[in-house]
Amino acid sequence: MDRVDILIIGGGPAGLAAAIGAYEAGARDILVLDREQELGGILKQCIHNGFGLHTFQEELTGPEYAHRFIKKVRAYGIPCQGETMVLSISPKKVVTCVSHDHGLQHIQAKAVLLCMGCRERPRGSLATPGERCPGVYTAGTAQRFTNLEGLMPGKEVVILGSGDIGLIMARRMTLLGAKVHACVELMPYSSGLKRNIVQCLDDYGIPLLLSHTVVDIQGRDHVTGVTVAKVDTNLQPIPGTEQTFPCDTLLLSVGLIPENELSKMAGVTLYPGTSGALVDETLMTSVPGIFACGNVLHVHDLVDFVSEEAETAGKNAWAYVQGELTQAERIIVETGFGVGALVPQLVSREPLQPVRLMFRPRNVYRNARIIVEAGEQRLYEKKAMILAPGEMVNVVLPVEKLSALKNAESLTVRIEVSQA
Amino acid sequence: MYDVIIIGGGVVGCGIARELMRHKARVLLLEKTNDICNGQSKANTAIIHGGYDAKPGTLKAKFNVLGNALFDSLHEELDVPVQWNTSLVVSFRQEDHCKLEKLLQQGKDNGVRGELRIIDRQELRRREPNIGPEAKEALLVGAGGIVCPYELTIAYAENAATNGAEFIRNAEVSKVSSLPDGRWQVDSSAGTFVARAVVNAAGTYSDVFNNMVSARKVHIRPRRGEYYILDKQYAGAFHAAMFQLPTSMGKGTLIAPTVDGTILVGPTAQDIDDKEDKRTTAQGLATALQQGRLTWPNLPTRGFITTFSGLRATGNTGDFVLGEPEDAPLFFNCCAVESPGLTSAPAIAKWTAEQISMRLELPENPGFNPRRKGIAKFRDMDDSQRAAAITKNGDYGRVVCRCETVTEAEIRESIRRPVGARDVDGVKRRTRAGMGRCQAGFCTPRTVQILAEELGISPLEVTKFGGNSRLLADWLFTEEYHG
Repeated sequence: MDRVDILIIGGGPAGLAAAIGAYEAGARDILVLDREQELGGILKQCIHNGFGLHTFQEELTGPEYAHRFIKKVRAYGIPCQGETMVLSISPKKVVTCVSHDHGLQHIQAKAVLLCMGCRERPRGSLATPGERCPGVYTAGTAQRFTNLEGLMPGKEVVILGSGDIGLIMARRMTLLGAKVHACVELMPYSSGLKRNIVQCLDDYGIPLLLSHTVVDIQGRDHVTGVTVAKVDTNLQPIPGTEQTFPCDTLLLSVGLIPENELSKMAGVTLYPGTSGALVDETLMTSVPGIFACGNVLHVHDLVDFVSEEAETAGKNAWAYVQGELTQAERIIVETGFGVGALVPQLVSREPLQPVRLMFRPRNVYRNARIIVEAGEQRLYEKKAMILAPGEMVNVVLPVEKLSALKNAESLTVRIEVSQA
Repeated sequence: MYDVIIIGGGVVGCGIARELMRHKARVLLLEKTNDICNGQSKANTAIIHGGYDAKPGTLKAKFNVLGNALFDSLHEELDVPVQWNTSLVVSFRQEDHCKLEKLLQQGKDNGVRGELRIIDRQELRRREPNIGPEAKEALLVGAGGIVCPYELTIAYAENAATNGAEFIRNAEVSKVSSLPDGRWQVDSSAGTFVARAVVNAAGTYSDVFNNMVSARKVHIRPRRGEYYILDKQYAGAFHAAMFQLPTSMGKGTLIAPTVDGTILVGPTAQDIDDKEDKRTTAQGLATALQQGRLTWPNLPTRGFITTFSGLRATGNTGDFVLGEPEDAPLFFNCCAVESPGLTSAPAIAKWTAEQISMRLELPENPGFNPRRKGIAKFRDMDDSQRAAAITKNGDYGRVVCRCETVTEAEIRESIRRPVGARDVDGVKRRTRAGMGRCQAGFCTPRTVQILAEELGISPLEVTKFGGNSRLLADWLFTEEYHG
């Protein structure tokens, strides 16, 4: 059996930054596994710009952003093994993987970083009625076809869901000569970034139909049209509001699901609020020595935050290998009003590093305040003109503010809205 | 000149092709679509029925019980996944006890093999802890099982082809007519063929062919059933196939585990006029869900990975229409084979092939090989088998479908086999690539590439299920650009 100090599963943005984080903290025996031939994960197909504004104060494309990290990983000489699919992880951190070149391998790691990212929700999970013909793709699959394979899925497009990939693909398909008839969103608000709505829909005159959904897909051999209807407050289609768009393609951007099948095999406890691992501020999961970061932990809005989070996870994995991360007593971080998809869910009573809390607002809130409290004591408060589910909220609590945790029952994050 | 032409590449047609190869015979199977197993045989509840349901004395009752007994040998000879997980017919009203008793007696009269008894609420709960609180008691059918219907159909076809049967796909039969010498002429989109005997195994279209040659008309009105499929993570939620005792409110919805670990919820039953209308509908899916919740109140809707619908070839007589019509000698019907059609198919295939061989006096085929081995499935291998498979063929080291752990080696083999896959759905049925929880989001681009390579066509010509069902509209640039 091969042995390694730190094994990183996935060579996308999270895996790359985790490898760098671990290396810079002092680790030298690191291995990155990725199922594809090239590093970079989903960034490879994200050829639009807008990445790295936060980290590099520059607008990079996805491949450029990934390259910054790949260059570093190469400079550090961190081994990366591509075209390798991990089949299982045991609670004792034995990873089993297969590849064409290396066959079946068992690798015993001292620490494992889960960096597998997420997958797109398919049509079937929505139970959208209609024909089951080709022409219905998830936005990411269509993006792979156009941006990596040079193939065009269709020319008359409707998009269901206003997640960021859907918005990006609305623009991309338009630039490639397709007609995007509409972007249809079930909720009364978009789940994507505001800047993407402006730059990808508004700038191209693509209507965003909020509180609408697809109620029928037509076409025996191939999509010929989709019917869209308005929904009521219970998200049920309202009869009589149907309109049909003739089209050959329906793209879906209806949610991302963290890819935690391997995590479950390792015995990692999952948190329903994120569909990712339950972690503390060090990003260690319920299994000692197994860490999670990036979209496998919770679906991020910006890749910059994935990189930051993964670097922290990488550093902490090395600290764990060196025996510097002890299992201290931890308390629960409670989600108060308006707070969803919170990470981490546990915090040490005496944290050794700043605690970064990330969450998504459950709804659109105006003139709101973000509040963090330890029992009665207010640790953080910040005004926000507008909060929306599409944009993650980041709160960093410095170590000196955290002494209050020593005797607190719990830590609570909530949103306060001054008026409805 | 053929001895036998079979119209239709479903489980019945492919089964007959295989059983005929026990004799020395030239057999041709014509399938309308781009692949075998493209109609009823691919979209059903995948259950091996015990045989209690059909009225005694009917062909349905007879062939159900006969067919049920053949699945162990099919599993053994053709490497088809079969599980005997029992069936439970659950009653939700105390006053329906007599109906259960009636079913029990009917099962005995039909000769249902194995355990057949009524279990009380307590035993029902012990066996199936997730059963809803309204469940009162159930008929336990030990001879109830589950099978992979595509693997069965494909195994039949592969075994038939290996033993010499010919298959032509995209061969839509337009006319069947008798020649003056008593032979049959079959006109199809793939040419005109002549045979001594014709088998009508055309599923929902089997009435059309019967009515071309016989005055004894049959009318088939397709009965559409809509289903959900639940993710494998719920495997084990129910062990048996859970039927609901039919009431005046309808036949109820099943919760049925599959041999692949997913769970089917359905079907609905709606009579329709269009033989190609396989849409799912908001109303149908809502009905399936509502009825399913009677059996399984906590049915996790979050776990649905897809929905589909299938058409049953429901005939106007209420029974199968089998054998030679009096006025059409050497034309063999397998008409109106609806539920329990899948269970009955092996027996119908055997019986029909025997009838044909007697009438045509076909000699035995001493070279017949009844065995077929399926594609070695990477997901079912242990570590040492996996290591050995990759050493032998490196493509086993390339996992293409991550959800179902299907490798490139399996996908390539599914295309290269006799009567191999030629579209994305064909690969899916033969390997399960794309049938998992991401529903082909991840593997579609790679599957398209592999199909294009293996078939020597452009990715633009790759289809989902033949005809105009192309997946891609165009290159972004000229094709030359891609070299």
